[in-house]
Amino acid sequence: MRISKSPWLLHYDGSSCNGCDIEVLATTAPRFDIERFGIINTGNPRHADIFLCTGGVNSQNQDVVRQIYDQMPDPKVVLACGICACDGGIFKDCYNILGGTDTVIPVDVYVPGCAVRPEALIDGVVKALKILDEKNEKMKRGEYRSLTSSEYAAKINGDVKEAGDSEGEEKTDA
Amino acid sequence: MAAKRSVIPFGPQHPVLPEPIHIDLITEDEKVVEAVPSIGFVHRGLEQLVTKKDFGEMVYVAERICGICSFGHGYGYVKTIEHIMGIEPTDRARYIRTLLFELSRMHSHILWLGLMADAFGFESLFMETWRLREKILDMLESATGGRVIFSIIRIGGLRKDVPDDILKGFIPELEKVVEGIKSCEKVFLSDPAVLSRLKGVGYLSKEDAINLGCEGPFLRASGVDWDNRMRGYAAYPSVDFDIITSNDGDSYARCYVRIQEIYQSAAIIRQCIEKMPQEGIYVPIKGFPNGEHMTVIEQPRGGACYYVQASGKKFIERMRVRTPTFANIPALVKTLQGCDVSDVPILVVTIDPCISCTER
Ligand code: SF4
Repeated sequence: MRISKSPWLLHYDGSSCNGCDIEVLATTAPRFDIERFGIINTGNPRHADIFLCTGGVNSQNQDVVRQIYDQMPDPKVVLACGICACDGGIFKDCYNILGGTDTVIPVDVYVPGCAVRPEALIDGVVKALKILDEKNEKMKRGEYRSLTSSEYAAKINGDVKEAGDSEGEEKTDA
Repeated sequence: MAAKRSVIPFGPQHPVLPEPIHIDLITEDEKVVEAVPSIGFVHRGLEQLVTKKDFGEMVYVAERICGICSFGHGYGYVKTIEHIMGIEPTDRARYIRTLLFELSRMHSHILWLGLMADAFGFESLFMETWRLREKILDMLESATGGRVIFSIIRIGGLRKDVPDDILKGFIPELEKVVEGIKSCEKVFLSDPAVLSRLKGVGYLSKEDAINLGCEGPFLRASGVDWDNRMRGYAAYPSVDFDIITSNDGDSYARCYVRIQEIYQSAAIIRQCIEKMPQEGIYVPIKGFPNGEHMTVIEQPRGGACYYVQASGKKFIERMRVRTPTFANIPALVKTLQGCDVSDVPILVVTIDPCISCTER
């Protein structure tokens, strides 16, 4: 793995129970200290390379998650943290939950667990670094550009209906 | 001449917030004149899960109302069901529950101290408090197997026993934590730079605190001695503790109250370990709950109410939770009026907002 730059993290709560959020924060705190890999937790999407999304995505939050994803510069990697973010978890049957993070944005690494353990998160982030590197290489050769959230919605529209934008533009070409 | 009004959006994605909440700050120059919160970013609708999960499985759902006070939520739900079914948990179960509850309170308050330090921009203090918090999480993990979500509680008692030697081992650990907090306390309560960010910021009078229906440390920091633990549930009637209050009503007072409560929780845990009864941890349950009941317990953030309505079936009819953050939001909006824009993160953090509890 050749990472020439220190990747920065961005964390957002899709609609989790908080358990995974504090574990994400604990990962940056001294015991697990992800910062020793040069990874910093930032609050600004435009500075971030790795997006840690916790919790399933609910109706009100879907646009925020999309926006954050779109604001991040290429190359970017998305981590679904916790079983809720992977597929909805215990809240899958709730009326306000659309599903896991991958119902609205493309996900690269799935880190299960309820709550996700910091060790697992670090492992996920290390995997993400590799993917980031690959994307970077491909981008340099001009072979790769990550999907925007609306392109992604159009792509999965065939099988996941509710992932379409609320405006409904992408739904038409399904 | 009146200054021009402008609207500054705060959140939902904001570095100081681990959770999304959105507040529209209407400002005149640097002063906030009005704050309009809008919520719903973490609403999952889990109360409706009662139609899909039976009353035993709902314990897990209740625990996942919030990951910080997860034990308390599980306990509140279980206590309500136990009352409906007329179950009296064994003494050992009551003591272990109290102990775990207080450990959760300590971890929640220490977490809050860290977030507070982060809000006023003291990064190393944040790291130090979170380092101390890991000790508490270690204790919780050795007792229950989980770091933030425990699933050790069940209707009728506990899922597994916590051996006495593990409990005994908590006492020296707690001492270390208390020592660590004592050294942090010096910074929180007497460092001039920190004081300048806390003293007199976000004052809330006693009358306002009562009229706006505040809860928990936020209420006690305004001089009201109200603590739901005094209602006497679990093993609280058999342990010694006082209500901690402060009369200042500002952010400093809220900090003070929470720090003192950490020491107090440690003392309660010590008493629980010393008095720990030796007998079973589980009473078998028969049949399904039938009836309705409402319970109030004291969560780290204040009083939380649990309501359950059941009709003798496997699935209960209705579960409802009123959480302390919900009660504290009106007071937050009140303290935000007239504050400086730079104090907004501190004020939002001082109510110790738990958005996932509030919106469920
Ligand atoms: S995976 Fe578990 S701990 Fe994480 S957000 Fe979901 S319910 Fe909470």
